[in-house]
Amino acid sequence: MLEFRFHGRGGQGSVTSAELLAITAVSDDKYAQAFPSFGPERRGAPVQAFARISDERIRVRSKVYEPNVVLVLDYSLKAIVDVTQGLVPDGLLVVSTGLTPEEVRKDTGWKGRLAVVDGVNIAMKHIKRPINNTVMLGALIKASECVSFDLMKQAVEERFGRIAAVNMAAMAEAYETVTISEGA
Amino acid sequence: MAKRKGIESSIALADSVAMCRVDAISAYPITPQTHIVEHLSEWVNDGELDAEFLPVESEHSAMSAACGMSAVGARTFTATSSQGLALMHEILFLTPSLRLPVVMAVANRALAGPISIWNDHSDIMAERDIGWVQIFAENGQECFDLTPLCFKVAEDKRVHLPMILNFDGFIVSHMIEPIEYWTQEQFDHYLPPFEPQIRLDTRAPSVMGAVGVPEIYYEAKMAQHNALLDSKAVVVEALESLEKEIGRKYNIVESYRADDADVVMVLLGSLVETCMTAVDNLREKGLKVGIVRPRLWRPFPKEEFIAALGNIPVLGICDRSFTFGAAHHPVASEIKSALYDSEKRPIICEYMIGIGGRDIRVQEFEQMFMQLLEVKTTGKALPIQYVGVRS
Repeated sequence: MLEFRFHGRGGQGSVTSAELLAITAVSDDKYAQAFPSFGPERRGAPVQAFARISDERIRVRSKVYEPNVVLVLDYSLKAIVDVTQGLVPDGLLVVSTGLTPEEVRKDTGWKGRLAVVDGVNIAMKHIKRPINNTVMLGALIKASECVSFDLMKQAVEERFGRIAAVNMAAMAEAYETVTISEGA
Repeated sequence: MAKRKGIESSIALADSVAMCRVDAISAYPITPQTHIVEHLSEWVNDGELDAEFLPVESEHSAMSAACGMSAVGARTFTATSSQGLALMHEILFLTPSLRLPVVMAVANRALAGPISIWNDHSDIMAERDIGWVQIFAENGQECFDLTPLCFKVAEDKRVHLPMILNFDGFIVSHMIEPIEYWTQEQFDHYLPPFEPQIRLDTRAPSVMGAVGVPEIYYEAKMAQHNALLDSKAVVVEALESLEKEIGRKYNIVESYRADDADVVMVLLGSLVETCMTAVDNLREKGLKVGIVRPRLWRPFPKEEFIAALGNIPVLGICDRSFTFGAAHHPVASEIKSALYDSEKRPIICEYMIGIGGRDIRVQEFEQMFMQLLEVKTTGKALPIQYVGVRS
């Protein structure tokens, strides 16, 4: 079973990215869950979302404490949240930032596998808004191969309707340009 | 087998209500139930669902309106949580006494105060005695499957009582998970149109809810009590025909790896699923642990529960709400009193878990099972364990 934790801010689409990931996995005949860190929803406040993907039926319903993958949609959260907490040593950290992998390693102390992409820039280019959730899914899929990229495109198309095309373009650019740095 | 789709459990439940061809819905939104009535009202507004949707100003009115709509023969649904259920309290007693088969989904949530929107079972345990048939769904699939079951049981002419479908707020209601949909043909085959045994009709005027003078009130209550007790057989029957329809088997009392168990846990709702993972982990280490739990809560399936326990020597019972000042919390109280008349007297340890959204991990269930195995060795029960509470 793969477990995911998403860090973002309210309004940025972290919960939607967890949902899209689970919906895509289920459409690929896998078992999956996605759920927010339950509570009042406040724009701009730190939020978490969780997902699980497995070939077997998933029964556990607690939060994710030891994720295989952490995805950070807003890197400024590193000042107030320990984004690598519980991340398993052979796990993957995916960060939306214009910084280099070396700089992120220095900030976070993360020694494992790392993927960075300038998610907000890509979002501004295609979507014209700093909402980078679909962008980061592109980077996540390239780095982890956790779900099929084609099925994710279908899920994005179904979810976003008339703004699906720009989201897919943004997701594709992140998929192509993400920098992956193998762990020590 | 139909293809599973990834969808939020609340939306799947709302879909299931729509596919039951509901006639009337009255509701007031409250977290974490909101998505259900939000979707139903949207579909009615968009003309996708041919039903009456009555938005009301409070849950007291929601249940009052539901009674009225059910009384004229409409298949009626509502949903609520927590404070909303508490605000319905007065009317909740009238629905079964008028023999109105309203179906209500309750996304279980804590009661204030302190204010909490998170999950536990305080809301429903405060309404144990209202006279409704009450059942628990443990996941999104069960929310979808048991919705038509609720209408089938409630509207059965041998029952004609309202029914509550309990499921955990957020943990189930807001979870995206794989759910296998039935076809509309399966719904129509499983759930025939509602044929009320009694109804308000201006062409044949009658009175519902008249005064019960001392000469009749007692008999009315006795009849209601018997009707609720007798509904158990109809629930069993409806679960059997559900299995024939879709191939999934549900029971009024469920067991998980309990046949040869040394100790079993008793609990209600979605944490059963997390607990199952703990059972699997410990079984791999050769430890004989399992789960027995009543899925049907009212009427309480006493005989079936005692039979399912077999000769298990140690029982852990999890409560998810307080009965302040009582000797035992609600689930433990129910089960201990059920066992008093029985020849079986397992050692019982009580646990309080998952209060007001406090997360429970697999490891915590494993620790609880280890404690129960220790109790089996020592033969001595523990005082009530308030798991994870800070002093």
